[in-house]
Amino acid sequence: MKDLSRHINIRWLKPPIFLVCLAPLAHLVWMGFHDELGANPVEYITHSTGTWTLVGLCATLSITPLRRILKQNWLIRLRRMFGLFAFFYVSLHFATWVWLYSGFDVHAMIADVYKRPFITEGFTAFVLLIPLAATSTSGMIRRLGGRRWQMLHNLIYISAIAGVTHYYWLVKSDETVPLRFAAVVAVLLGYRAIRHALQRKQQAAAAKRSRESVYSA
Amino acid sequence: MLIKKPSDIPYSEVTPNSAYMNRRKFLAGVAVATGAVTLAARSVSDWFESARVFADEAKLGPLAKSPFSTDEPPTPAKDVESYNNYYEFGTGKNDPSRNATKFVTSPWSVSVEGEVNKPRNFDIEQLRKLAPLEERIYRHRCVEAWSIVVPWIGYPFSVLAKLVDPKPSAKFVAFQSYYDIKQMPLGPRAGIALPYVEGLRIDEAMNPLALLTFGMYGETLPNQDGAPVRMVLPWKYGFKSIKSIVKVRFTQNMPPTTWNLANAHEYGFYSNVNPQVDHPRWSQATERRLDGSFFGKRIKTLMFNGYGDQVASMYNGMDLRKYY
Ligand code: HEM
Repeated sequence: MKDLSRHINIRWLKPPIFLVCLAPLAHLVWMGFHDELGANPVEYITHSTGTWTLVGLCATLSITPLRRILKQNWLIRLRRMFGLFAFFYVSLHFATWVWLYSGFDVHAMIADVYKRPFITEGFTAFVLLIPLAATSTSGMIRRLGGRRWQMLHNLIYISAIAGVTHYYWLVKSDETVPLRFAAVVAVLLGYRAIRHALQRKQQAAAAKRSRESVYSA
Repeated sequence: MLIKKPSDIPYSEVTPNSAYMNRRKFLAGVAVATGAVTLAARSVSDWFESARVFADEAKLGPLAKSPFSTDEPPTPAKDVESYNNYYEFGTGKNDPSRNATKFVTSPWSVSVEGEVNKPRNFDIEQLRKLAPLEERIYRHRCVEAWSIVVPWIGYPFSVLAKLVDPKPSAKFVAFQSYYDIKQMPLGPRAGIALPYVEGLRIDEAMNPLALLTFGMYGETLPNQDGAPVRMVLPWKYGFKSIKSIVKVRFTQNMPPTTWNLANAHEYGFYSNVNPQVDHPRWSQATERRLDGSFFGKRIKTLMFNGYGDQVASMYNGMDLRKYY
C-alpha cells in the first residue's frame, strides 16, 4: 500500500478521532443522567473506565505495527492522542477507586494496594504511565533526546502487561474477556519482540560479512 | 399500564373546534417527534445495553410478618431484578435478567432424599403450600462487597426437613440447582462446574433464619432471582443461597459446594459473613449498600451480617479464620 501521508491532513483527522475517544465518557454521563448505570453504578463506572483504559493502551500499541505493516507513516501522529486517552481513562478509573470505591479511606487503600494482587498490578500499571504522560510533549521529547525518550516510553510494555494481569486476576471465574485482551497485547508485544530479534540477527550477519570482507581483502 | 377512563365530554365540545384541530396537529407533531427521539434514544441505549425485561410474576399472599425482618428500607425491586449473579445465564450482572426470561419453571418438582425416613418428590405448588408464607425483610451480603435489603417470601426450611423426617445419620444437607444447557447455553462459559451445588450443616439448615424462598416484593420469584424456589441464608455470603432448587439431599458427609470446588482457597464451606476474614480480592470490612441512592452508601460489614444473635452459637469454639 502506498504511504498516504501526503494526502492526509492530520489536522482534519484529529478532531473526529478525539470525539470518538470521548464517546465512552459521554455515554457514561448520558447513562448516569438516564438511570441506566444499573443497581451498582460504582461498579459499572469502574468496569467501563478500566475497559476503555485497556482499549486505549491496545490502540496506542497497535500504531507502530500498523504503520510498519501498512507502510503508513502518518499513523504515528495519532499515537500520542491514543496514549493520552488511555491515561485519561485510567485517571478516571483511579479516581473512581479513590473516591467512590474506597471513599477516600487512605488506610483501606494502602492495605488494598499492598494486600490485593489485582490492585497491586493495576496500581503498577497506572504509576508507570504517569512519567509517560508527563513527557508526552514535543518539548520534553527534545529535552530528553529521542533515544532516552524512547527508552522511557518502553515502560508502556510493562504497563500493558500489568494492566492485563490486573484484569485477569480480578475476574471471579469467566476469563473470556481478559484472555482476549491478553491475546491482543501478546500479539502487539510479540510483533516487537520478533522484529527486534530479526534485526539483531541481521545486524550480526552484517557485522560478520563486513569482518569477513576485511579478511578476504 | 395506565388505562384512562373515557371522559364523558369529548374534548371537541370544551375547546373551540379550530383551536382543537390546530392543537391536535401540534400535539400529533409533538407526539411523533417525542416518539421518534425516544425510539432513537432507546435503540441507541439498547444497542449498548439491553432493556430490562421482567417476566410475569404472580402475586403471593396473604403474608405473615416476621420478627426477623429488618426495618432498613428495602432496595428498589428493579435493582434486585436487574443485578444478579446467576452464572447459568451469563456472568455479567445484567445478563440473567436478559437471558432468563424464557426459563421454564413450570412444571417443576423438587426431590427430597438421602438420609431421611420419608423421601418425597414435591410438585412446586405442593411445596409452596406446606406452610403459611411469611415476608422476611433480610439484609443480603454478596462476597463481592455489595449488599441489598430484600423482602423475601417463604417459610423456614425446617418445615420441609421435619416432614421428610431426617435419620440420626443425617449430618448435612446438600442442594442442587437446575441445569440444562438447552435452556442455559451460557453455562459452559461460566467458569464454574455446573449444576450448581451447595450445602449446609444440618443445624444450619434447621436454623429458623434459613428460609425456603418462593417470592420477593409480594410476588413469585423472577427467573433471574432463582425461580421457582431458592434458599436464603442471610448470615452467609450470597452464593450460599442457592437458586432454582431441584434436589435436596440429606447426607452423612460434608457435601461439595460449587465455589469451593472452583477455588478452595477463596471460598470455604461455611462462608459466613465475617468482616475480619478478607477475601483475597475484596476486603470484607465494608460493603456498598445498594439502597436506591445514586452511588449507594459504604457501610461497615457486621459479623454474621448482623444475625449473630440467631446464629453465632452454632459456631461456638470454631476458629472462623480456619473455617471460613
Ligand atoms: C493501566 C492501568 C489499568 C487498567 C488497564 C485497568 C483495567 C481494568 C479493567 C479492564 C477492569 C475490569 C473491567 C470489567 O470487569 O469489565 C478493571 C477493574 C478494576 N480496576 Fe483497574 N485498571 C487499571 C488500573 C487500576 C488502578 C490503578 C486501580 C486502583 C488502584 C484499579 C482498580 C480496579 C478495581 C477496584 C476494579 C474493579 C474490581 C471489581 O469489580 O471487583 N485499576 N480495571
